[in-house]
Amino acid sequence: MFSIAGCLPVLLAFCGAPLLFSVINRTKAKFAGRRGAPWLQPYFELAKLLRKSAVYSRTTTPLFTLGPMVSCAATATALLFVPLSGVAPVFAFPGDVLWVVYLLGTSRFFMVLAALDTGSSFEGMGANREVFFSALAEPALLLSLTTLAVWSQSLSLGGIYGNLGAVVLAPAAGPPLLLVAAALLIVFLAENARIPVDDPTTHLELTMIHEVMILDHSGPDFALIQYAASLRLWLLGSLLVGVVVPWRSAGLVLNVLAGCTCLFLLAVLTGIIESVMARLRLVRVPEFLIAASVLSIVALVLMMR
Amino acid sequence: MIGPFVFGLLLPVVAGCAALALHRRPDLASRIAAGSIVASSVLTGGCAICSLATGATASIKIPWNVPLGSLSLGMDPLSAAFVLPISILASAAALYGRDYLTATVRPGWIARSWFFFNSLVAAMLLVVSARNGLLFLFAWEAMSLASFFLVLTEYDHDEVRHAAWVYAVAAHIGTACLLVLFLLLGRGGSSLDFEQFTPQAAFASAAFILALIGFGTKAGFVALHVWLPEAHPAAPSHVSALMSGVMIKTGIYGLLRTLTFLGEVQPLWGWTLLGIGLATALYGVVFAIAQQDLKRMLAYSSVENIGIISIGLGTGLLGLAYNIPAMAACALMGSMLHILNHSLFKGVMFLGAGAIQLRTRTRDMNQLGGLLKRMPWTGRSFLVGALAISGLPPLNGFLGEALIVVGALIGVIASKHAHALPGEIVGVAVVGGLALIGGLSVACFTRAFGCVFLGEPRSQQASSAREVDGGMRIGMLILAAGCLLVSLLAPLWPALFRSAILALAGGDIRDAVMASPQPQSLLIALGVAYWLLAGVFALVWWLRRRIAGSWQAETGPTWDCGYAAPDPRMQYTASSFGDPFARLFRLLLRTRSGQGVPAGFFPQEARFSSESPDPFASSLFAPAFQVVAWLASKVRHLQHGRIQIYVLYIALTLIALLVWKLD
Amino acid sequence: MAAWLDAVLVLLMLSGFWLLGSSRLQACIRTVAIQGVLLGLIPLLSEWPDVTPRLAVVAAISALIKAVILPYLLRRAIREANVRHEVDPMVGFTTSLLFGIGLWGISMYLASRLPVAEASVSSLQVPVSIFMVLCGLFLIVSRNTAVMQAIGYLALENGIYGFGWAFAIEEPLLVEMGVLLDVFVGVFVMGITIHHLSREFDTIETDELASLKD
Repeated sequence: MFSIAGCLPVLLAFCGAPLLFSVINRTKAKFAGRRGAPWLQPYFELAKLLRKSAVYSRTTTPLFTLGPMVSCAATATALLFVPLSGVAPVFAFPGDVLWVVYLLGTSRFFMVLAALDTGSSFEGMGANREVFFSALAEPALLLSLTTLAVWSQSLSLGGIYGNLGAVVLAPAAGPPLLLVAAALLIVFLAENARIPVDDPTTHLELTMIHEVMILDHSGPDFALIQYAASLRLWLLGSLLVGVVVPWRSAGLVLNVLAGCTCLFLLAVLTGIIESVMARLRLVRVPEFLIAASVLSIVALVLMMR
Repeated sequence: MIGPFVFGLLLPVVAGCAALALHRRPDLASRIAAGSIVASSVLTGGCAICSLATGATASIKIPWNVPLGSLSLGMDPLSAAFVLPISILASAAALYGRDYLTATVRPGWIARSWFFFNSLVAAMLLVVSARNGLLFLFAWEAMSLASFFLVLTEYDHDEVRHAAWVYAVAAHIGTACLLVLFLLLGRGGSSLDFEQFTPQAAFASAAFILALIGFGTKAGFVALHVWLPEAHPAAPSHVSALMSGVMIKTGIYGLLRTLTFLGEVQPLWGWTLLGIGLATALYGVVFAIAQQDLKRMLAYSSVENIGIISIGLGTGLLGLAYNIPAMAACALMGSMLHILNHSLFKGVMFLGAGAIQLRTRTRDMNQLGGLLKRMPWTGRSFLVGALAISGLPPLNGFLGEALIVVGALIGVIASKHAHALPGEIVGVAVVGGLALIGGLSVACFTRAFGCVFLGEPRSQQASSAREVDGGMRIGMLILAAGCLLVSLLAPLWPALFRSAILALAGGDIRDAVMASPQPQSLLIALGVAYWLLAGVFALVWWLRRRIAGSWQAETGPTWDCGYAAPDPRMQYTASSFGDPFARLFRLLLRTRSGQGVPAGFFPQEARFSSESPDPFASSLFAPAFQVVAWLASKVRHLQHGRIQIYVLYIALTLIALLVWKLD
Repeated sequence: MAAWLDAVLVLLMLSGFWLLGSSRLQACIRTVAIQGVLLGLIPLLSEWPDVTPRLAVVAAISALIKAVILPYLLRRAIREANVRHEVDPMVGFTTSLLFGIGLWGISMYLASRLPVAEASVSSLQVPVSIFMVLCGLFLIVSRNTAVMQAIGYLALENGIYGFGWAFAIEEPLLVEMGVLLDVFVGVFVMGITIHHLSREFDTIETDELASLKD
């Protein structure tokens, strides 16, 4: 199925996704008593990186440049199937839940290979943590979406989030949907390498996860990685926002506006979480992620009652 | 249709005998044997596609001078769904094996090896086309024996003999169950022909359990899988590919065929298969991550994939039992597709592992690295296999898994309102389980590919490796291309496999399963979505090229956080990559590590090693067989070595029998 | 009020998972205290809007004991024993969480089999109570420090209490008081044990008691 209305939020995503980073950073700056970087700083950085040339390690193979490209392409494709606050996505088919989740997997697969391609011990470490944590986060994501699918009796993301709005205030849906929202928040933080799972601004490579994987990337490759990261932030954010704020209006523009506002509020929330929480010790992260699975399983069980 | 198939079945046997006769001219023998396999594959594969496409069945029956037996062969869509992977993988393995055997095996053994290889292929074809219990068991035993001798190819190594021994014992435990199973099924009939088997409600569950053990031993269900990680690394690689890619699937075939005899599907069977599948898949992938030996890792990954297939079958049976046709159609079709897919990508990976072993003389992933530059074709085909086996789009592995999960989702959604099916259990087990298994297999295969092909070589042998060529390269490329082709032709498969899964759906639900549009529409949508992904990728690639066209890239050493002289030994190894998983699953894995801690100011030496022995082999079967050995030693004093005593035994037995019978 | 009751029950269940996954004794004590408050809310919510003063008093007393007095005793115990973490449990915390999913499944199954489920206001009440009982038992079996085992006892008792409300909404006091007394004695004995353990062995690992068997 194809929906022309879905192009609007997707266009907004492609243009505005990096802005989410600046919202997070501004929030953190406010908490730290600083003024923070300009709103358009992520764009300046992307533009700078695109103009620069790249340095490649002698160890690497073409996989090293392929990784960022596949990652970016897969995330962008997945975004075409994700609805924002009830607006039908550009494409939808029954079963696209899996397609979107597994596309994120493809993106990760190639990024991990690109990291291992350098032969650096640090990047091997980051790659290792990335696959480890995402293997634990993936069941939580899919089970949460299953719970929502049961509620709205649909197999496509468009249908799931589209039907959610009409009925969400029914009391029976309350607890399970809250649990799903909590699980999705954990997945959102983990998959986007945010505190408390990963610290995007840490300076010690030994404690990094995502950042250490991309140490060797530079120039346009690095720009692609950053851009793909912002798209992923937008994508997982819309999945979460669709549950928490299932307010729908009849008008397309109003819906999109509401969705975007909620996304930016989510970014503010992320900034607050990053400001008030410490990063978990790495050995505790699996428990955190398994807790997300537990939440989603409980939600599913409650939903089936 | 059956004529060409029988011809294609006999051709490898004849050529195998001819090769044996020509054992003094190994090259000619190889050529004849491999050529016959390819020719036979074209014939049998053609018949299989024909049967799948039209849903036609054909059979031939020749009386056989054996009690209860008849030479009864048949081809129906269910058989065809298994003949197709056998023929594709057999021809690729044969092309590969011609050069591989010349390079690895002493010339005197080549002809013998081909004889057993051809017998194995023919026996597998016979197993899936036999329509008589006795003939089936004969073929089953021939298959086991042929593969046993193939495992023994390098018999002068202790561990190879041990592996072959474990395999022989496992195979015969399975066969013993099958013997009872067929006698049970054929009760009251005049022969063991499949068409005379009638559903007997009283024995259905007993028969199901027997089939589960008997066929599960071959397929490698958890606890019965112990022979796989022993036998697959020991066998020559093209044989491992064949054993892992299709031979273990004959166990699945046997299970499905038995299900068609048992009548009405019971929910308990579905739950059992689902539970076993989940346990098997998780067990397989967790142990695969813990292995250092490349081929052992692949063997455990086969256990995992058998588990996935079994999850799909279990889900499908639940769909049939609880009357949700769309769930049954999707999940069963997903299993069927995964059977084909697994034979392709596991085949390419075993062949790749063989090429690596040939060129580097090691299978230890901690000794390899940087092979993508040295063996580009092997590396690329292995990459295709790794992406496919991780179940990720845009390759074929995703299609089967997606069908299974969507089938489960349909069931979960339907169970909310109308049906008796406990949807939350299906949801957690299938959707959550397959997501976890998928995530872990991504970890497993990024680890394997990264440690073997990327980075810097970790040993002298790895740095001096060079690419394989000729038949070996062609064999790998055929299978890799097969993976791509299956995903390109995604919309075709539901139409092909629909008739195969109908064999399982009896009664009223049959038409509903036939008519359910979900598998077709899902795969069409995925086929389109693949092109969308390709389009977006092309766009990104074009943009990236336009931007990067204006400057010349510099090269330098890897940025190791300021350390300018990185050593290959500093890289993350396969052991370190597996460590977090070993910690998380330590209750199951019980990884043992040995380390020498550096001491003093200028330490000379430090080492680290880890291994994860199979708990079922070491804690269940080893003690059990020790008890058997102890019991056997108790009756040893009956054996004196004196011929008179033996004659006495025989005489006593005869007299006892006479007394008993005449009484 | 059914939605609020459901929410309270879900929180109770999550607190069970929290107990399974946490190593910090302080946090665990706080969790059982929260459980006490939530349990105090259950009778009010399920009887709403006709809450009798007697009901309110009973709920308040039990909440007071569960949320203030018992946690206070436990806090004092850990302060005296100077221990903050469950260091080396028999079953790891991650694995405990996975066991928790299994326990949840078992309690859902048991609840679906028990005939009492219809009597309660929320169909979640029985499974959640059984789950808390099982969680408590699991904690007692799988943890080494005496404090954690005492927390397990409390969780167990909380489960029984919830179970009591599920089908004897009018006369729970009798059952309740008996159980509470048992637990009180249990905690008392535990407190003494913890005190003496830490004095004799410089640790509160109950494994050390095994050395007394000779």
